[in-house]
Amino acid sequence: MSSIPLKPLSPPLLEAGAGQPPAAASMRRSMNLRRRLTERGIEGLLLLAALVSVFTTLAIVAILVWESILFFRTVPLIDFLTDTQWTPLFDDAHFGIIALLSGTLTTTVVALLVAIPLGTILAIYLSEFAPFRVREVAKPFLEMLGGVPTIVYGYFALLFVTPLLQRFYPDLPGFNMLSAGLVMGIMIVPYVSSLSEDAMRAVPMNMREASYAMGATRLQTALFVVTPAALSGLASSYILGISRAVGETMVVAIAAGMQPSFTFNPTEPAATITAYIVQVALGDLPHGSIGYQTIFAAGLTLLLITLLFNIIGHILRKRFREAY
Amino acid sequence: MSTVTTLTPKPQAELKAQVNALNFYYGDFQALKNIDFPVERNQVTALIGPSGCGKSTFLRCFNRMHDLYPNMRYEGEILLYPDAVNIVSPQVDPIEVRMRIAMVFQKPNPFPKSIYENVAYGLRVRGERKKDVIDEKVEEALRDAALWDEAKDRLNDLAFNLSGGQQQRLCIARALATDPEILLFDEPTSALDPIATARIEELVSELKERVTILIVTHNMQQAARVSAYTAFMYIGQLIEFDDTKKIFTNPSSKLTEEYITGRFG
Repeated sequence: MSSIPLKPLSPPLLEAGAGQPPAAASMRRSMNLRRRLTERGIEGLLLLAALVSVFTTLAIVAILVWESILFFRTVPLIDFLTDTQWTPLFDDAHFGIIALLSGTLTTTVVALLVAIPLGTILAIYLSEFAPFRVREVAKPFLEMLGGVPTIVYGYFALLFVTPLLQRFYPDLPGFNMLSAGLVMGIMIVPYVSSLSEDAMRAVPMNMREASYAMGATRLQTALFVVTPAALSGLASSYILGISRAVGETMVVAIAAGMQPSFTFNPTEPAATITAYIVQVALGDLPHGSIGYQTIFAAGLTLLLITLLFNIIGHILRKRFREAY
Repeated sequence: MSTVTTLTPKPQAELKAQVNALNFYYGDFQALKNIDFPVERNQVTALIGPSGCGKSTFLRCFNRMHDLYPNMRYEGEILLYPDAVNIVSPQVDPIEVRMRIAMVFQKPNPFPKSIYENVAYGLRVRGERKKDVIDEKVEEALRDAALWDEAKDRLNDLAFNLSGGQQQRLCIARALATDPEILLFDEPTSALDPIATARIEELVSELKERVTILIVTHNMQQAARVSAYTAFMYIGQLIEFDDTKKIFTNPSSKLTEEYITGRFG
């Protein structure tokens, strides 16, 4: 390439309008001003949009914490954490969050036992095996599954899955955590599979080629190369699944019963934290009563659990970050 | 247009493969046109030509890499000796082909696993379970790829922690661990610095003692340094195939001459 002599720009030329007739210069300057103002205005709007979400989050946390503080003035923290009964509206009131936590934990575990294997297998199939056509048809259906209102899933669990399970297991009560958990698992599958599939498809083709070139089959490539390479994405999809399961309300409120009880047996009815909040919020509790404040204490517990999983997810993502 | 060559045909016993009237199509586009070409055993054969001439496409026919993508078609044959099986025939399982013919890619592409597991991968894929067998093979392959001294104390480190040149030698070790009959190199040094490149070239020259090598390269000096035979390709055709010395000193085809003297490409 022949070298073109570059003439250095003299500093005045860099300033807008310099060296031009005064009228043109002033026009240029006013345009500049207008452009700067528009730019500022847009920046301000964007910042405002961002602040709305930050403010909302902070406000939620603040209210939860404030009402919880009022709650813990009446109920000692130690009772809250160790009592195994949750009967805040009875005369003999007990405030053992464990009774609700056990319900949340059990339904979540049942849901994850469905969602994680099914979601992962589906993701492997869609990303590594499915022909283009199949993927184009299957994906919208999966997304639709994620778009079905949760109340529909709730009645599906109560009126279809529970009777079905009762055929094999006649002693199963009409309200039980098993059927709620199973249906919740199915509900979460699209979240897990879609995120996992994205993570697997992000694994570069040259890594797959390396595996195939070694004589590996599709299954070997999917299991030994693509899955480990996508591990951080898979982990975050599982975390999202857990968060969804922990926070799910309608399905458990409808199908698992609303009876708080300290049990990890999925064939029994129980209430989860969310189901309790829904139940109490529907009643006419006086503002400021202890029953009212339990909602916030339970909500704060829920928030802390979700936060914990988000932090775990963050650590996992960092630990197994894709380094290709 | 038929390929120019001054070579007298070798007896079949000295050949590792023979390409006969090979055509290859991406959909309707014909990427390789009627290629005939012998691959001599335990020699290095270089493929040169301008970008887009089909040399990588040609190389990837040898391990059926194209089978991973839809809408492609092979015609003709690549006979792999000694059993003269046509490796591009649809009746032949591409996995069988890849078990015998290994490849090193343009960009080092180790798996997100330890150094040890990268080299062991081919053995595990073939169902090898015995740890002592795998240990032995891994060490042997790493020695052959001139990586053992640098890697022996960190076999459990993630392969990504190696330098680019080391990663490429790891990929060579990975390919060697399963004792392939042919080793394909697709521009193996284009992502490497000159020192790492020199080491890979040295390695290629040494490895021909135990494996037949086909190497695609953009770098003509590299072809001249490492290969015994050179094939010049241009828009999907094999223009000239000859002794490397002959190609670079006295090419028969005008096109070859223009390319190697840098008048185009």
